[in-house]
Order: sequence, then C-alpha cells, then structure tokens
Amino acid sequence: MILTYSFAQQYTGGETEIELPGRTVRQLIRGLEARYPAIAGQLEGDIAVVIDGVIHQNAWLEDVGEVSEVAFIPPIGGGGAH
Amino acid sequence: MSAQRYKWVGTRQNRPDGADKVTGRARFAADFNLPGELVGKVLRSPHAHANIRSIDTTAAARLPGVKAIVTGADFPEQPDQLLPAGEMQVNLRDVTRNIMAKEKALYEGHAVAAVAATTAAVAAEALSLIKVDYEILPHVIDVREAMKDNAPVLHAHMRTEGVKPAPDKPSNIAKRLEFAKGDADAGFAQAEVVIEREFTTEPVHQGYIEPHAALASASEDGQVQLWTTTQGHFQVRGFCCRLLDLETAQLRVTPSEIGGGFGGKTVVYLEPLAIRLSQRAGRPVKMVMSREEVMRASGPTSGGHVKVKLGARKDGSIVAADVTVALQAGAFAGSPVGPSCMCSLACYDIDNIRVVGFDVVSNRPKVAAYRAPGAPISAWAVESVVDMLAQELGIDPIDLRLKNAAKQGTKTHYGASFGVIGLVETLEAAKNSPHYRAPVKPGHARGVAAGFWFNVGADSSAAAQVGEDGTVTIISGNPDIGGSRASLALMAAEELGIDYNKVRPIVADTASIGFNFVTGGSRVTFATGLAVINATRDAISQLKARAAKIWEVDVEGVVWEEGEARPSSTNVGKFEPLSLAKLAASASRTGGPINGHAQLNAQGAGPGFGVHIVDLKVDMDTGIVTIDRYTAVQDVGTAIHPSYVEGQLQGGAVQGIGWALNEEYIYDKQGRLQNPGFLDYRMPVASDLPMIETVLVEVPNPTHPYGVRGVGEVPIIPPMAAIGSAIARATGVRMLDLPMSPPRLSAAIDAATPAMAAE
Amino acid sequence: MSKIHVTTTVNGEPTEFLCNATDTLLDVLRDELRLTGAKEGCGSGDCGACSVIVDDRLTCACLMLGAEAEGRRVLTIEGMAHGDQLHPLQKKFIEMAALQCGVCTPGVLIAAKALLDRNPNPTETEVRFGLAGNLCRCTGYDKIIRAVMDVAADQRETAR
Repeated sequence: MILTYSFAQQYTGGETEIELPGRTVRQLIRGLEARYPAIAGQLEGDIAVVIDGVIHQNAWLEDVGEVSEVAFIPPIGGGGAH
Repeated sequence: MSAQRYKWVGTRQNRPDGADKVTGRARFAADFNLPGELVGKVLRSPHAHANIRSIDTTAAARLPGVKAIVTGADFPEQPDQLLPAGEMQVNLRDVTRNIMAKEKALYEGHAVAAVAATTAAVAAEALSLIKVDYEILPHVIDVREAMKDNAPVLHAHMRTEGVKPAPDKPSNIAKRLEFAKGDADAGFAQAEVVIEREFTTEPVHQGYIEPHAALASASEDGQVQLWTTTQGHFQVRGFCCRLLDLETAQLRVTPSEIGGGFGGKTVVYLEPLAIRLSQRAGRPVKMVMSREEVMRASGPTSGGHVKVKLGARKDGSIVAADVTVALQAGAFAGSPVGPSCMCSLACYDIDNIRVVGFDVVSNRPKVAAYRAPGAPISAWAVESVVDMLAQELGIDPIDLRLKNAAKQGTKTHYGASFGVIGLVETLEAAKNSPHYRAPVKPGHARGVAAGFWFNVGADSSAAAQVGEDGTVTIISGNPDIGGSRASLALMAAEELGIDYNKVRPIVADTASIGFNFVTGGSRVTFATGLAVINATRDAISQLKARAAKIWEVDVEGVVWEEGEARPSSTNVGKFEPLSLAKLAASASRTGGPINGHAQLNAQGAGPGFGVHIVDLKVDMDTGIVTIDRYTAVQDVGTAIHPSYVEGQLQGGAVQGIGWALNEEYIYDKQGRLQNPGFLDYRMPVASDLPMIETVLVEVPNPTHPYGVRGVGEVPIIPPMAAIGSAIARATGVRMLDLPMSPPRLSAAIDAATPAMAAE
Repeated sequence: MSKIHVTTTVNGEPTEFLCNATDTLLDVLRDELRLTGAKEGCGSGDCGACSVIVDDRLTCACLMLGAEAEGRRVLTIEGMAHGDQLHPLQKKFIEMAALQCGVCTPGVLIAAKALLDRNPNPTETEVRFGLAGNLCRCTGYDKIIRAVMDVAADQRETAR
C-alpha cells in the first residue's frame, strides 16, 4: 500500500510504503486505520486509488489481488475535453 | 487497423446530430424559452476585494416589472467541509459563496444580487437601483504575492493544510502537497549537468463560444425543471439540491446542446440563481451571461509559478528532478495542483524526485477545470527544461525522451506504477512522422514536447431500447460536446451487428436515465461507452433468450452474430436465424419489451501520452511567431471514430497554441480585468494557423472491450513547451513566462541582444 | 417608447416585425422571429457566431440594428438548405466532421457561403482569412478549412 509523501508525513510518520493484508480496498483502509488511528476517515473522501497501475475512483469495495500495489493519490478531477 | 477488425468501430460515419447542428435547429441553452418567462440578471461586484456591509434592494423592488430579487441571504449557509455533490467533492461553504457573495466580494465580477423582471431593460434598470455598501479592502492578484506573509488575507478561517505543525495564522495558501521518490538530493549529487529555471503561466479561459445560460421553472408544489448548458446535468442537480435544500427527485435537469465546455461547464453559476428567482417569482426565469460576465466570473484555469530543476548524466539519463508548483485557485481553495504535480514528471522514469505543490487563493474568479486540469502548467516548465537538457547535451529531443521514457512498470513519484502505456510507441511514431523526418526549412526552427494525462472513468448509466421494428435507441446521460453520440452509436452497432444508422443515440435528462458523472476527464467514450456496450449486451442476452424460447432450446444453444440469433451448432437443431427486427416484432408475444440496461463505476481508464512537433519562425523585430507546421502524435488506444479523435487532437493543440502565444488575463491596479472580451482576449483564429497534422498511435487499453483510451485532455499539454523550445532554437532566447506574445517576445529578444536593440 | 415597424425579407420570405430602436438584428431574429440558429457568443462582433448575410454581405447580426433591416434581404442559417436538400457546405461539414460542439457552426457556414459566393476558387490562405472572423474553440479549424476547400473544388468540378 502506497501513500503520497505529504500524506505520509501527516499520518504515518513518513512511511510511504506499507505492507497490509486485505482483499478489498476497504479492508486495506481498515488495516491502515488500525495501525495509524489518526488516518481514520482521511482515505474515504477526496481520493483516488491506483491498483496495480489502474486508476480507480470511489473504489471502496474494489478487489485487490494477492500481491497488489495499491496507491492512494489525490483525486483527478473531471477535466473536460471538448 | 481497427477498421479491419471491426465493422463499425474505427469508421468515419456521419454524426447522428449532424443535420440539426448544420441547420441551426440544434437547441443550445439560450435557445430555450417558456411562456411567461422572466429575464434574470446578476449584479456583480466592481471591486476585487470588499466587505459587503449591506445591500438595499427596496428601490429596485418597487420598480414596475421587477418580480423577484435575491442576495446571498436567500441561500442557506453550508458546512465548511468536503461533501459529495453529484459525485464531486466540493466545499459547499465556498460554492454557495461563489454563486452569490455573502459577507465579502472576493473578485471583480463576484455576484452580489440577482433580479428577475419582465424584460431585460427592466432587469438592468433594477440592478442599477440596488445599493450595495462596500468596504473596499486591499486585494492580491499574483500567486507569489498572495503567498507572502503580509499579503491581504482572503479568508480569515483559512489555515494551510498539509504542513506540520498546523499553522495558527490565516494564510492564502490553502494546501501544501509533497510527492517524493528516491532521494532527490542524492540524485543531484550524481548529476553531471543540472539545469534549474523558474516559469510562469497566466490564467487562461476555456473560451467556449456559448456563454452560460439557464432556464428554470419552479412549481408551487416544490417541483423544479431546469434547462441548462452543462457538461454534467447530474452534477448540476447535485449542486442545486444541496445549495437550495431540494430533493433530487424534485429537480429535473435537461441538458441543452452544449456549445463548448472544456471543463468550464462542470460547475454551477446561474442555475441556482435562476431556480431561486423562479421560486420567488412563481414564473419561469431565463438567465444568460454576457461574454464579459463569462470572462469576469466563470472559469478560468489557474495561472502558476513553477520551479524546475533537472539533473542528468552526460549520456542523457535524467537522475534527479525537483519541481515546485504554485497554482492560483482563484477566490476559493481548489486549484488543480494535485494533478499538476502528478503529471509534471509522469513521462519520465527518474529514480530521485521531489515535487511540492501549493494551492493559493487570490482575488480572481474561482478556477474551473480546463482540459487536463493543471497538467499543461507544470509540463510547460518541465518539458522546457528537458529541451534545454537536450540542447546542453547535444541529444535529439525525442531521443532524450526515449532514453528516459516511462514504460509499463515504471513507478511514478505519486506512488502508482504504470500498466500498459504507449509513450515509447508515441515517441517513436513522432520520430518517424513525415513532419519530423522532413528537414527544417531555412529561417525556421523546430520544437518538441510530450504530455501525460491519467484519463478517468467513474459513474455511467445507459440503456438500449429495442423498438418494435428492430431499430435501437441508445440512451445515455452525458452531454455530447465533441461527437460522443457518434462514438457511442458505433460501439452499439458493433455489438448488435446492425447498421449504424439503425442505432439512434440520445442524451436523456436526469429523470430519464440513471446517474452519470460529468462529460470530462476524457471519460465519455471510455466509461459511458462501457455502459452502452453492457446495456447493449444486456439487450442481446434478452434477444437470445427470446430466440431460445421460440426454438424451444436452451439459451446456451443460441449465439448472436451479425444482427441475428443463430443456433450455436447443428446439434442445437436446424433453425432459420432470427433477425433483430423479427425478434423485436414478436417481443410482445415472447415476454414483453426488450430493453437493455447497465450502470457501472468504470475503472481502469488507460493513461494517455502525446508528443507534439512544431515548426515556426519568429519575426525578430516584432516578436510575432508564425507557425508553419504542426503535428500532434498521441496514443489513443483505439480510435472509435477517427475523425473526432483527430478533432480532439487538433482542437486541443490549438487551445495550447493560444495559451502559448496570446491568451492571458490582464488586470489593472484595482484588480479589475482589462480584457473581458474576445477582441483583447485573443484566441487563435483560422488565419493564425496551419493545418494540424495528426498521427494516431493505437496501443489498446486492456481494460476496455475495444481498447478505448480517453483522448481529449492530452493534446493541450505539449504545445506550450513545444513552441517555447522552437522559439528558443530560433532566437537563442528561452522564454520562461507565458504567453510568448509579440510584445513580451520582442522585449526578451531585445534584452538578449542589447546591441541590436540600441540600433 | 414606441416600437418601429420594419418590413424586410428573411430567408426569401417577406417578413414584418416590430422592434425597439435599440434592438439588434440578432435580438429580432432570435426573440421576435424565433430564428435561434444565429448565436450570441460575444455581442461585440468578435466571434462571428451570429453571422448572417444581408444583401449579399456577411454581417454580424449583433452589430446591426433590427430597424436597419428595413428593405433588405437577410439570409440566416435557417435559410441555407433548400427544402430537404442540405447546402453542399452543410453536407460536407457533416461528412468531414468539421464541427464538434456545433455552436459556431451556423456562423461558420454562413461565412463560408459568403466567401464561396464571392470567390469560388479560394486558396487555403483565402479560406483562412475568409473565416478569420469566426471563432471556433473545438476544432482547431483544420477540418473546417478542408471542408470549405473541398466544397469549392466540387463546385468547380460541377461547373465545368
């Protein structure tokens, strides 16, 4: 599980890469919250999740593989292309 | 390639809304009218920053023909926290203040009151009778000025997020972000060449030709109908319901045809005002912004200040990067600084990276999304320095990028690793393009730059309704800005195996189809396309079930091929194929209407990369840049409708050319915008440009059935640095500030050649 | 303030309307005659979205008063097709995807028609300058210019 540098500075004492068990994004978040209580609620709002290189938005219940890289990044707004 | 694999996908069919759009029949927002409608107009602050002591509307209210007046007091207070509105996260405390000022006017053009009257003339006169008592405050426009300790503070409650310890003093810096990979300092220690520069960009407007407009009709029983020009009518519904305490089922929003958005029509301005005025007046209210109002009060995207330091080995490998991005958010927090930071170095595989971002408020209109929000600003700076590295090291700029290109598995500085991406293929296609292989004409120079955008997926709903004659209506909920009806119909025709012209796509209102996220982020052909494909497949499975019933066989024995149900093998039995038309005609007797549905939160939008090449010449006396040749190369996944894909590349490139060469907001000392119109806010016109050549690279996105990647955002990212680099190679002057307009460029050339200037 | 009575011809039809002295031709077309094909993009003659042809001359309807239409012939986008036959420019724009959002399209088509009526054999540069008064933010103009050149070539072919 991967957090951005500034997020890690605030909530995990600077740890950006954390190994956690879990089969869904929500289980990973729960695990992280158990380890770092200050993080509670911070990963549920305005955030995107990248699972093995694939961007997911609002993907709370998304499945995570046995050995997956899950990164939480700032949201990517609806741009607008036309 | 795709044209051979597929019957319809990849072909250039006429768009379903073509005839309406070339005859003037298509209805844009200002073309809607209702019997008895009133005209709504907005009173706007003439001051960049002022406390509003009081607003006296009594004289205006007495004017015959005035039917309703609203001010900030007519909109309930909202919580100071991020909440979902539609599917977006917004701070509603800020949104309600942006649509109508409460205690303070925060930029020139900020709405302070609105009137509904029987005619435009009466409404205008009423505005002149509203007395606003302002206490003018010191203001700040520039992003670096706004970051200083002694700058005028816009929001007394604002504390910089993301710094430890939490500050106890108010600041205009809403947020600090930091991304890191490896050890930047150690990386620079290994570098043999280090280049560091500071760049700026001015805010630029999305520049859609259709101004914002809305028509609202509120009934006495609490129901409301709204017609508006928007990239997301479900977002409009979400915002308006929150801001006005309405239930979503009470508000039905119908999107008009949309005359351009580019991100600028993903938020609300007039809509809540028109609804509130209609509720107060008991009559429909139509509001249309003037161009001047569009410029003063909507959009634009951020201006920014970007510091870039890159370190490389002599062989061209980039070993360290340090980037700082400060973006103007406008009057309320929320610039696209996150994506700006993330996109800045995404084209490169660099071991040691530090990227810091600041979100900064100042007395300008609140920024809205604009095509790949934030990415062009940081890319302008980073790509310029990459070009300087190429010059310094004597390496071809495409070769230098190939040497450092991000690939599948490359870990970015924001933590995620890339899946299947096509940057290397795109760079190689650029290198092999007719343009790059052609020699540079005498007196001209060539520039190259790359760009990256994530692309997004998110929520979409769609339905496929089979008519009794076997034609199919595809219902989706995303306004069609650039031909998406055509691309959706192509995918549906491909799935169904019927003629493209037997498929009619429509864009439904909020009450007629399930939720759809905005048209934006280059998501519609990908995400809504996925919903359409799934809805069509749902219809096909029903059609197969009907055929199975008719034949009295198991449904597994039926396949759908070329628009008809066929037995899967001779073992199933010998049956005449049943066409879609036949099955549709007998639908009532075989179980009722056949309608497919799908709804999903589409994940896995494939990232997009682009490389642009420009040849230009510079008039050394006047600083006028003439673009002679331009090519946009991009990995588009699969081009569903190649003409509209090319159109995205061409349109994005030209918006970037305007950003590079001319477009900017000019403020006077009082913080008032000096160029709120198309005469002085100079967007590119046909005579400024050559043809825009395109090269479509197709590296299919593995998460989409047809390999679709979003294509609309990427092409606005590379133009600024491509043009700046060509100018540097033409003149020897590396421009650091946008726009590179004739006065600025000629001044820079003069400064670099003092002897010539003296002559 | 009393209204002005105007007698004119719009898209070949004899037309009468009443307008205020301050109403622009665009106001009259859109609000009185319900011809909403011409769009107001700027109201200052900079974008060309309201282009119409008045007595064979390309005009921004936002820069002309409604009262000035007295005795003139006005052609709007609604009058460009003949019955159910699209004008060749309209057809070509659809075929060549020379529009995206479509809001500038009525004005661009009118300006292109005015150009080809005057100059049936324009160079690319002449087309670019002929359409320089029409802003399009979506297309980058490429496909628009190609479509107009293509129609001009077709028409020369037919004329031969």
